Amino acid sequence: MTPTDRARRAETRVAWLFVAPLVVILLAVAIWPLGRTVFFAFTDAYLDNPSSYEFVGFANFVTVWEDATFWRAVRNTLVFTVVSVGIETMLGLAIALLLHRAFFGRGLVRAAILIPWAMPMVVSTRIWDWMLNDQFGLINKVLVELGIIAKGIAWTADPSLLLGVVIFIDVWVTTPFMVLLILAGLQLIPEELYEAAEVSGVPHWKRFWSITLPLVAPAIGVAMLFRTLDALRMFDLSYVLAANNANTMTMSIYARDQLIGFQDLGVGSAASTWVFLIIGLIAIVIVGLLRLDRPHH
Amino acid sequence: MASVTLKNVSKSFGVYDIIRNVDLEIGDGEFVVFVGPSGCGKSTLLRLIAGLVPVSDGAVLIGGDEVTDVPASKRGISFVFQSYALYPHMNVSRNISFALETARIGKAEIMRRVEAVAGMLKIGHLLERKPRQLSGGQRQRVAIGRALVADPEVFLFDEPLSNLDADLRTEMRFEIAKLHAEVKATMIYVTHDQTEAMTLADRIVVLNHGKVEQVGTPRELYDRPATRFVAGFLGSPKMNFAPTLLTDGRLAGPGGFSYTPGLATGTTVSEIGLRPEALTLSAQPGSDTIESTFERAEDLGHEFLCYVRIGEGLIWTVRGSGAPPAFLPGQTVHVGWRAGNLYLFDRDGQRLDHRPADRVAEEVA
Repeated sequence: MTPTDRARRAETRVAWLFVAPLVVILLAVAIWPLGRTVFFAFTDAYLDNPSSYEFVGFANFVTVWEDATFWRAVRNTLVFTVVSVGIETMLGLAIALLLHRAFFGRGLVRAAILIPWAMPMVVSTRIWDWMLNDQFGLINKVLVELGIIAKGIAWTADPSLLLGVVIFIDVWVTTPFMVLLILAGLQLIPEELYEAAEVSGVPHWKRFWSITLPLVAPAIGVAMLFRTLDALRMFDLSYVLAANNANTMTMSIYARDQLIGFQDLGVGSAASTWVFLIIGLIAIVIVGLLRLDRPHH
Repeated sequence: MASVTLKNVSKSFGVYDIIRNVDLEIGDGEFVVFVGPSGCGKSTLLRLIAGLVPVSDGAVLIGGDEVTDVPASKRGISFVFQSYALYPHMNVSRNISFALETARIGKAEIMRRVEAVAGMLKIGHLLERKPRQLSGGQRQRVAIGRALVADPEVFLFDEPLSNLDADLRTEMRFEIAKLHAEVKATMIYVTHDQTEAMTLADRIVVLNHGKVEQVGTPRELYDRPATRFVAGFLGSPKMNFAPTLLTDGRLAGPGGFSYTPGLATGTTVSEIGLRPEALTLSAQPGSDTIESTFERAEDLGHEFLCYVRIGEGLIWTVRGSGAPPAFLPGQTVHVGWRAGNLYLFDRDGQRLDHRPADRVAEEVA
């Protein structure tokens, strides 16, 4: 063994030493509960007495797989995720581009747009629940006054509108987050690139399309990844607005229903494991598409 | 090819006057360097010409046409930025051709132009690389290539070499001079480096606090600076200055400096100036010498720099060729000077023409 080899080994040992506390914490708060969930997914345990159980193989997984309610929840979650993240990205980019321009009071506006994001989801949901109320809600009042509709619409009671309302509230709450992440990306683009394009007569649309968009793409990608993973495990918004209504039930609400509602630790754990696998798969696909695992420079 | 004319151009940002009433005439095909300390407004002046920044007052003319309200892209100019401003996600070839993509010329023609420019700048082998894979000098060449491919009437350079190390700077300076000889376009070049100004310029514009101090050829500015500011700015090492008092027609200064200039009555003189290369050192006092204390010698091989203290807080530089003289720190030495090399400045910093009084008297007689 050469001295450099020895030095490198010593360095590796020190590196592991530094990482060790994190590994221990991760094991305790993430790996262990996850392991327990997967473990219980193979049993017939009930929540009131988890110590008494028998192994039932893949029976719980099959139960969930064959439950139409689960697939309805998966569909709701995917629709919610794709539509809300899509709208939030578009809107976020548009607002970020506006805020990127220097104007009087920009600092104040930047701080103000964070308010929806800073509010607890339960509060935001309740605010909109009231504003959208068919008899007392502000939205209906305004629409009726303007003559757009004849009488109040039951936004939060009509099953066909409910998922749309959930998406609308989520867009209202989380677009600021998108705006800030994309704005940070925009601010990394040197002003001189635009001046160079301006001097050589590159039209505005091409400056946006060929300079802004490619250079802000990594920031948008990361923001979309965050938002997608967040949206896939959404629980609070749907639950506060409509509890376990089938039209807005997400995968997380389904798992909670099995686990808490029906006290079925086995099936609930199996549902949770399915949710984990689905989100994990989507995360891997997105990271692969964005090439986030590769160094950029 | 085009001339550039500035008529009474001013620029203010809020309450700050960055450029004040600049009048300037730059000839067709001329290489003009704007030089001055940081914050003097030289880059702003360049941006006003480019149209990247609108003027607050006055007019800009390119090729005789008023372009004050014409957008940058329609002025027939190219701009080379200090940071190069290369598009980081595009390869060299696309960086050079990007602006041509919307110009309604065929792909083959674009490629032909890119290759011609790349060949001229010796970057033909780098066309597929991204800017981050290039060295500083190569990036600079790409930035120049991007300016060149537009075939502009006027090239504007904003401190293009300041991000390069010394060797590369000398090399690129040579390349830019060669480029000017080849394309014969008008070039305006901003720098804070007086060496770049002296070596590249047909004419130098010295700027100070947003105003033109002096315009002239490098030789004119070096030999006959209009002001103390210009005298101090051009030349490396800098000109030596010392305060002086005029009594009964005779100037007195530190270290026993004495000189009787033939000046018009009522003239004030507040400072004398002597360039380091116009001075000599000797152990013996002479008729025109200043007594000083030897501080330190620097041997640069082909030349030397000696630092001598001629008074409280006044260190002068003496430059000579070959090996430095063998004086010891603390030793008294005598700085020799000649009236022909002496600059006099009045209270407002204006240079005064002068000749020794006895010679003026001889001529009169």
